[in-house]
Amino acid sequence: MADYRDLFRHLGGELRVINLGLESFAETLEGLGVPVLHVQWTPPAEGDPGRARLLSLLEDEDGA
Amino acid sequence: MLVDCVPAREALGLAERTVLHSGPPLAWERACPPVQTAILCAIRYEGWAVDDAGAQRLVESGAVKLAPCHHSGAAGPMTGMVTASMPVFVLENRPRGNRAFATINEGLGKVLRFGANDESVVTRLRWLAAETGPLLGAALRAAGGLDLRALMAQALRMGDEMHQRNVAASSLFARALMPHLARTAPDTGAVARLAEFIGGNDQFFLNLAMAAAKASADPCLDVAGATMVATMARNGTDFGIRVAGLGPRWFTAPVNTPQGLYFPPYGAADANPDMGDSAIVETVGLGAFAMAAAPAVVGFVGAGGLRDALRITEEMGEITLGEHPHFRIPTLDDRGTPVGIDVRKVVETGITPLINTGIAGRKPGTGQIGAGVVRAPLACFEQALDALAHARGLA
Repeated sequence: MADYRDLFRHLGGELRVINLGLESFAETLEGLGVPVLHVQWTPPAEGDPGRARLLSLLEDEDGA
Repeated sequence: MLVDCVPAREALGLAERTVLHSGPPLAWERACPPVQTAILCAIRYEGWAVDDAGAQRLVESGAVKLAPCHHSGAAGPMTGMVTASMPVFVLENRPRGNRAFATINEGLGKVLRFGANDESVVTRLRWLAAETGPLLGAALRAAGGLDLRALMAQALRMGDEMHQRNVAASSLFARALMPHLARTAPDTGAVARLAEFIGGNDQFFLNLAMAAAKASADPCLDVAGATMVATMARNGTDFGIRVAGLGPRWFTAPVNTPQGLYFPPYGAADANPDMGDSAIVETVGLGAFAMAAAPAVVGFVGAGGLRDALRITEEMGEITLGEHPHFRIPTLDDRGTPVGIDVRKVVETGITPLINTGIAGRKPGTGQIGAGVVRAPLACFEQALDALAHARGLA
């Protein structure tokens, strides 16, 4: 398998990563020396689509 | 403003043969052993029964009623016992015109709030009612009341978070009260006993912080449509919240057991599930929410060091609506503590409120066995979100 960095080489420039969610992805890249900005994120309402819908409706009402 | 200290029958209009407890409503059969033994002790203290067996018959027959402190304007630590003859502090939220009440903190060791119920507990309670309460009431009236918000803001700057650390607030309280106490007390022996009692209890101010928090939070229960949490409380069986836009309705789930550090020889297996109305201080942005202001307490509750304290306060900021205008944290460039828990933010992020707490022994009569932290159960907030959506016709 080709080095993953080859995928970005043709885009030019240095590989820098913003990682959302699973922190282990960021830790692995950091271990390879890749600059990573990790953003803590989880799906709204722990992935419950019903409550995510209610949150969205309440936010729409409140203009949040 | 803290304005008085008078018997609960006078302050709350509390009926005889009624025992107030912490947390949401609780039937005798569902109460954990420390709460049950505290109820029996409170009945013996009032003289409604001569022994525990007689006291239990009164509760089981309905001759003695149980009710939450929060339904009578009071906030009670741990088991939360309040009965008619117990002296309670009277706090006024003058801009809003409401009052809140709390008993006098009994001190450490074998105390009613942790479910101890031997004769030493009853003897101390009777001294509090006969001597301490009247002394405190007279001194507070002579002082024209004490501004607790200013006192608490100062204590926060001195390293208290006012849940598991109240040493600065207790000291400031004593400093403010003592001149008035000396002028109004009938004899120096009584002053000395009370001064020794307050000076020997670093948690003396906890009950006052709770009543102040309740006086501040209660008016929010009338704000239609609001998604902010106005009450968090636990009774050793259930954790309950009340939400500003949903009035007096409780949303409950099984309470968690605290994680923390234990006094030798106790350990996690000896811990009772979490209890007490003291989570009202987290509700108004103190306690664990103000952890960054109280680095000394982080280790005491087994939650790490200063970096962890900063992280915890920052995390609570993820689920709150703003920063407290008066309770400011020096280590955060004087930013206010995170305040106003938003049901929507809790459900959206899955981050639940963290609470600093004392840990009671599971076995009745053991008392406090440690201190730690505990999370509010997510299910309370999920139920509240559903109810908010239903109330607005969205579900």
